[in-house]
Amino acid sequence: MRRSKIQIQDLNMEYGKNNKVVVDDVQMEFVERRKVPRSEKDQGKKQGDKVEVLKSITLNIYEGEFVCILGPSGCGKSTLLKIIAGFIQPTSGVITIDGHRVTGPRPNNIFVFQEGGLFPWLTVYENVALGIRHLATEEEKQERVYEYLEMVDLLGFENHYPHMLSGGMKQRAEIARALAVKPEILYMDEPFSGLDFLTRLHLREELINMHLYIQKTILFVTHDIDEAIQLADRLIVLSDRPSEVKMNYEIKEAHPRDINTGELRSIRQQLYLSLGVHYTL
Amino acid sequence: MGENSRLCKFFSFAQVGISGHRTRVTIKNVASPSKICPLIIFLLMLVIWEITSMVGMYDSGTLPPPSRVIKAFSELASNGILLRYSVASLFRVTVGFYLAVFLGMSIGVLLGVWQRGCQMFHALIQFLRPISPLAWIPFALLWFGIGDGSAIFLIFLSSFFPMLFSTIVAVKNIPRLYFQTGANFGFTKAEFFKLVIFPAILPEVVTAMRISLGVAWLVVVAAEMIAVKSGLGYLIIDSRNALRMDYVIVAMITIGVIGLTIDKVISQLQKPGFVRWKFEKK
Repeated sequence: MRRSKIQIQDLNMEYGKNNKVVVDDVQMEFVERRKVPRSEKDQGKKQGDKVEVLKSITLNIYEGEFVCILGPSGCGKSTLLKIIAGFIQPTSGVITIDGHRVTGPRPNNIFVFQEGGLFPWLTVYENVALGIRHLATEEEKQERVYEYLEMVDLLGFENHYPHMLSGGMKQRAEIARALAVKPEILYMDEPFSGLDFLTRLHLREELINMHLYIQKTILFVTHDIDEAIQLADRLIVLSDRPSEVKMNYEIKEAHPRDINTGELRSIRQQLYLSLGVHYTL
Repeated sequence: MGENSRLCKFFSFAQVGISGHRTRVTIKNVASPSKICPLIIFLLMLVIWEITSMVGMYDSGTLPPPSRVIKAFSELASNGILLRYSVASLFRVTVGFYLAVFLGMSIGVLLGVWQRGCQMFHALIQFLRPISPLAWIPFALLWFGIGDGSAIFLIFLSSFFPMLFSTIVAVKNIPRLYFQTGANFGFTKAEFFKLVIFPAILPEVVTAMRISLGVAWLVVVAAEMIAVKSGLGYLIIDSRNALRMDYVIVAMITIGVIGLTIDKVISQLQKPGFVRWKFEKK
């Protein structure tokens, strides 16, 4: 039998896009901390046993993409995002950003938390100025802070402490703090889930505008299917634990989007079904 | 109007519990008209005290009447003893307390951050903490002799362990989120201390300061009864030996008033915005 000289397997090629974030075969295990297993499939597991959370996740994320990671509750979406951001080390596998291996959090990739990421002991101004504390002059800093406070519509609140703001304002302040750094990548872990419905819709709109305007790479974890369809350039659906990439779907539809028509409608129905819920009630 | 405002007053108690913002307003509204009531009760007690003493219901030597106390007060105030002794007591409390806050906080932060160290010292701290500072009096006298040194040492002991313990707990309770945020923004070690750890524990530290300063003020009286020859505690024990119970009461009242003032002053530390967040209800 002849040995092949050049072997090509599963080669994919796309033009006009740079690989920004590469997640290569990431696996994650946790130690079981519950005395009583959380679900049926963990039956028989004892405290101290290993629980497989992520199983062989491989992803390519491109420059400037808005990527939404969807999945059922407890499937490891946030874990995956924290691994990519460098807060957690995976059990195995490698994350590379622009070809450099991720070993820890970095100041040019900012993480926006679900809630309460602002330092409560600093004013809004001081919080936003945190990431740009190395800027040379005070004027430069001030200019940058006001620029981004204006962007998230928080002018006039710069001397307020976070506990004086509403939930939506806090979230906007945190987004301003993240953007003021002019980060390469923005990680957002269910940033709007603690907000009321209308505020959430507003912030979604603002986030879309912002993304169109500044074209940063955004990784956005959510459990809200509609949110994901409205926001994402690419949808990644994780399966239940141990999680694998169940779906990796590119949405080419331009903004503004009506999720109840055409292609988006069928994606939405498909997603509802794949996550085990009905899209009509 | 009358009926209405009475109803308002009644319900304002309920409002205090519900929304934090109204607290300040409503308490003022409720308190102002009834401020006279406690005052009347206070005066009434003084009058009964004076009258019962006048009619000779008991020996005025064992419980001197208010008039005698006022006279004793003017005596002690005019010959400067009261001021001198108050200053002496305050001096000891201040030095002992500052030492305790400084050492308690620095060691507390260190042990809060350094997990292994905390585990190692935990048993020792828990063992020493419940021992009353007054139990140390024999050693205080032996090591520092009669004088400011032993009083300061006892006050230090009374404040050090509460400060140390609350600081350790406060550092351990800082949400991991803040450290992750700090790491994300590339904080250096020094910046973690300056921008995360120190401001995050400040509200708890201020509360602990308030409590331990109260305790320190209690302990100074006891310490001065034994370990020194000046101060308000010494005034009490010295007057008792001379059977001047009127002086004892003057000293007691002075201790109470100073203690109240100190607490009022230190409670101001809970006001600024960078501490306020912790005391604000969500």
